[in-house]
Amino acid sequence: MHEMSIAMAVVGQVEEAARTAGATAVSSVRLQVGELAGVVPDALSFCFELACTGTVLEGAELVAEPVPARARCEPCADEWAVGMPPQLSCPVCGEPTAELLSGRELQIVSVRWEDGRPHERTREPISEER
Amino acid sequence: MCRVVDLQQAVLAKNDASAQSLRAELAARGTTVVNLLSSPGSGKTALLERELVLARERGVPVAALTADLATENDALRLARSGVPVKQVLTDGLCHLEAGMLGGHLDGWLPEGTRLLFVENVGNLVCPASYDLGESLRVVLASVTEGEDKPLKYPTAFGLAHLVVVTKTDIAAAVDFDEAAFRANVQQVNPGVEVVLTSARGGVGLGALLDRALAAGEGAAVHTPVMAAPPAHTHTDHTHTHAAVAQTRP
Repeated sequence: MHEMSIAMAVVGQVEEAARTAGATAVSSVRLQVGELAGVVPDALSFCFELACTGTVLEGAELVAEPVPARARCEPCADEWAVGMPPQLSCPVCGEPTAELLSGRELQIVSVRWEDGRPHERTREPISEER
Repeated sequence: MCRVVDLQQAVLAKNDASAQSLRAELAARGTTVVNLLSSPGSGKTALLERELVLARERGVPVAALTADLATENDALRLARSGVPVKQVLTDGLCHLEAGMLGGHLDGWLPEGTRLLFVENVGNLVCPASYDLGESLRVVLASVTEGEDKPLKYPTAFGLAHLVVVTKTDIAAAVDFDEAAFRANVQQVNPGVEVVLTSARGGVGLGALLDRALAAGEGAAVHTPVMAAPPAHTHTDHTHTHAAVAQTRP
């Protein structure tokens, strides 16, 4: 099970980004996990909690967004959900011409954190607010 | 204040960067890495023993690094070939990472090594995710493991540059269906070459060595569908995916 290594890599990268941004507490991390990424989201979630202990991510939530695997065969103009186990040769022509469109993602998309900076005003305050 | 920040970072970016620099560093020294992946007991060590002897007979400067959770048994077996061998004990870790491999090569890898065989931890799940800076990733399965092994472990077989079948000397005894195995390999990794070997019978040893040497000389290596960069980044998609919050206790 390499989910612990993956979780530690996620925590390490978020810690670094948080340090750079001056963030004090990370409340959630959004992750894309492709169907073919070779990672089990439940196992990753369990490891993530452990890996966060004692870091700026302590108590953070991991939001794993599954990404279905899809492939395309250009000559056949065919696109399909590859499924599991994956069908990566073209179901129409059977030739090794397929390309994978999605499904290998293992990507930190975004994080939610407290960075101690004041709220950026999007408008001028109205007179009652002054 | 609390804010959401886009990071867009690949989780394995650090390993991938280490692998790229290791590949470049070794290429500059004239060394090509061959990463051997399989389940425990599929015959990686037996095949490698014969490959090392063959390489030595052919005058190819070769070395081997073998990783296990415990024992130096494999290194002792491989060292009988007379080539430089190193045992790495992972202390329970299920796979090698590029940074770890680089650390183990520092001060050990003999100058002039043309081929370095890395026998990964016997495991078809975790090692598949980690590029070690290899030029050739070989995924092995023995005839006793069942023809559907590539379907059960699609990430490992799907990312192989070369698939090797081992123990073909006992194929008939275990009713190995070669055509079914090949069809399953093609389903997850269309176009990849399958080489039949038998360490005991001395079959296919030259083929594997030739592929490794060719990869080192810059010959085109098979690009698995699963490894090819996507035609577009996922964020280009116009549809949305349901976000699943992993419930935490």
